[in-house]
Amino acid sequence: MTSAPSSLRSSLESARATVTAEVGPPRGADPAAVRRKVEPLRGWVAAVNIPDGQSAHVRMSNWAGSLLALDAGVEPVMQVTCRDRNRIALQSDLMSAAALGIPNVVLMTGDHPRFGDHPDAKPVFDLDGVQLVWTARTMRDEGRLLSGRQLDPPPSWLIGAVENPFAPPVRFRAARLGKKVAAGADFVQTQFVFDVPVFTRWMADVRDLGLQQRCKILAGVGPVRSLRALEFMSNNIPGLWIPDEIGRRLRGVPADRVADEGLAMCAEIIQQILRIPGVSGVHVMAPGFEHGIPEVLARAGLARAATDRPGQAEPATAGAARSARAAGTAGTGGGSGHAH
Amino acid sequence: MTVGQRPGRAARRGGKAVTGRPGRGARSIAAWPRPVRPRPPAWLLYRIQPLLAPNTFYRRLAGWLEGSRGRYRIFAAAEKTVKNEIFGCRMCGQCTLPVTGYACPMTCPKQLRNGPCGGVGSDGSCEVYPDRRCVWLVACERAEDNGRIADLQLLQRPIDHRGWGQSSWVNYWTGRDDGLWTTGDGPAPAIGRRAPVAGPR
Repeated sequence: MTSAPSSLRSSLESARATVTAEVGPPRGADPAAVRRKVEPLRGWVAAVNIPDGQSAHVRMSNWAGSLLALDAGVEPVMQVTCRDRNRIALQSDLMSAAALGIPNVVLMTGDHPRFGDHPDAKPVFDLDGVQLVWTARTMRDEGRLLSGRQLDPPPSWLIGAVENPFAPPVRFRAARLGKKVAAGADFVQTQFVFDVPVFTRWMADVRDLGLQQRCKILAGVGPVRSLRALEFMSNNIPGLWIPDEIGRRLRGVPADRVADEGLAMCAEIIQQILRIPGVSGVHVMAPGFEHGIPEVLARAGLARAATDRPGQAEPATAGAARSARAAGTAGTGGGSGHAH
Repeated sequence: MTVGQRPGRAARRGGKAVTGRPGRGARSIAAWPRPVRPRPPAWLLYRIQPLLAPNTFYRRLAGWLEGSRGRYRIFAAAEKTVKNEIFGCRMCGQCTLPVTGYACPMTCPKQLRNGPCGGVGSDGSCEVYPDRRCVWLVACERAEDNGRIADLQLLQRPIDHRGWGQSSWVNYWTGRDDGLWTTGDGPAPAIGRRAPVAGPR
C-alpha cells in the first residue's frame, strides 16, 4: 500500500506558491543523466515531472525516470499519455507506479506520433485524456479497474491533468478543464503561458466555474533563451501560442544578452501569473536548461525551501536502498513490461 | 507492407511515400482518421434525430435484422455508406453524433471522445492534418449555434472496441448503447457501463 507522503500534496495545500519543473529523461542508458538534471532542483521545486516520451520521441520511460528522480531525492510526477498504451497497459503502469512509491501522476492524451521520431508508429489512443483521469480516479477512490475488478490495495497518487488555455476553442477551454475536474483531476499543469492577458481571462472562466476550489492550477512557464529556440517553439510545439511581444523583446537586445532577457521575461511572467487569483503555482519547462531553473525562480522571487537543504534531503543509506530496488525493478520489468 | 519493397499508393502517384495524408477521398477509411466537417447543417440533423428515436417499430426492426446475419450485414453496409458519406463515419458502432453537434469525434486522428486536444492550431487547424479544421472545433461551433453547448460537458465513457463494424442504429434501438456518456454532476460519476455494447456478431 502506498500512502506515500507527497511533498507536492502538502505544497499544494499550503498557502505558498507551488513550483514543479519538467525534467526530460535521457535518450540513452545512463541513469546518472537523470540525477544530474534533478539534483540542482532539490529544494527549489516540490516535484519534478518525468515525461512519457515527450513530443512522441523515444526516451527513458516515465516510470524509470521517476524512480531515478526519487532516488536523487526529488519527488516525481509521472506523466502518462494515451499515445502508446491501451487501457490494459495504462492501468498496469499506473498500479505499478503506486507500488514503486511514485506519489503523483499527470495524465494526458499525448502528442500524436506524427510529431515524433517514429512517425511510422501505430498511434494507440484507446482512452483519451479525460477518460484516463477518470480511470485513475476510479482505481484510487473506488479501488476498481475499468473491468470492475477490485484493486487490493488501491493506489493513492495525486492525480494531475493538463490543459492548454490558448488553443481554440478558447471559450471552451475552462469548461474542458471542468470535465477533467469532474473526472477526478486534483491539479492541472497548463501549456506554456506567454500571453498573460489570455491566461488571465481563462483563469476568470476557471473561477466562474469554481474549478480552482477543486483542482489546483499550476501555470506552465519557461524561458526562451535564443531566437532559434523561439522559432523552434513557435513552429514545432503543437498548440503553443507565443505573442509577437516576446520576439520583439528578444530581438531588441544585443545577441549576447538574449538568453538573459529570456530569463528576465520568464521571471516577470511568473510574478504576473502568481498575482492572478486562483493560481496555486507554476510548472517550469526548460528542456536542456534544467540546471538554470533555480536562477529563473530566484529572479522571480521564489526562494529555495529552507527546510530542504542538500545533504538533509536524502540520507545516503535510504538512497542506496532505493538504488538497489530501482536497479532490480529495471532489470526485471524493463524488457517485457514496457516495450515501446 | 515492408519498407523498401513497394512504394506506397501516394508514392506511385508521384507524391511522398509516407506522409500524414493517406488515401484520397475525404471519407476514405485509411491509416489515421481525418477530421470531417459534415455538409448538412446541424439544425437539420437535430430535427431528423427524433425520427430515429427508439420505438416499438424500430425495436422490432432491430430484432428482425439481428435474426439473420445476411439482413444485418446489408443493413450495416447501408448505414456505413450513408454515414460515411455525410460524417466520415468509421463504424465504431457506438454513435455519439447527437451530442457532438453531428461532427464525428472518431474522425479526430486521436479519436478523442471528450473534446479537443491541446494541439489545435491558433487558426483552428488540426495538429495532425493542418489543412483541415479540428473536428472538435466544428462540433463546438455546431453545438453552440443550436443551443446544445451543454452536450459537450457530458463525460464520454471509453468505447467498447468490440463494437467496430456494428450498426450503431441497431445498438441504439435495442438500448445496447445506453450509457455511452454520463453527466459530470455529482462527486463521482461512474466510468463503468451497466452492460457492454455487445460482442461481435
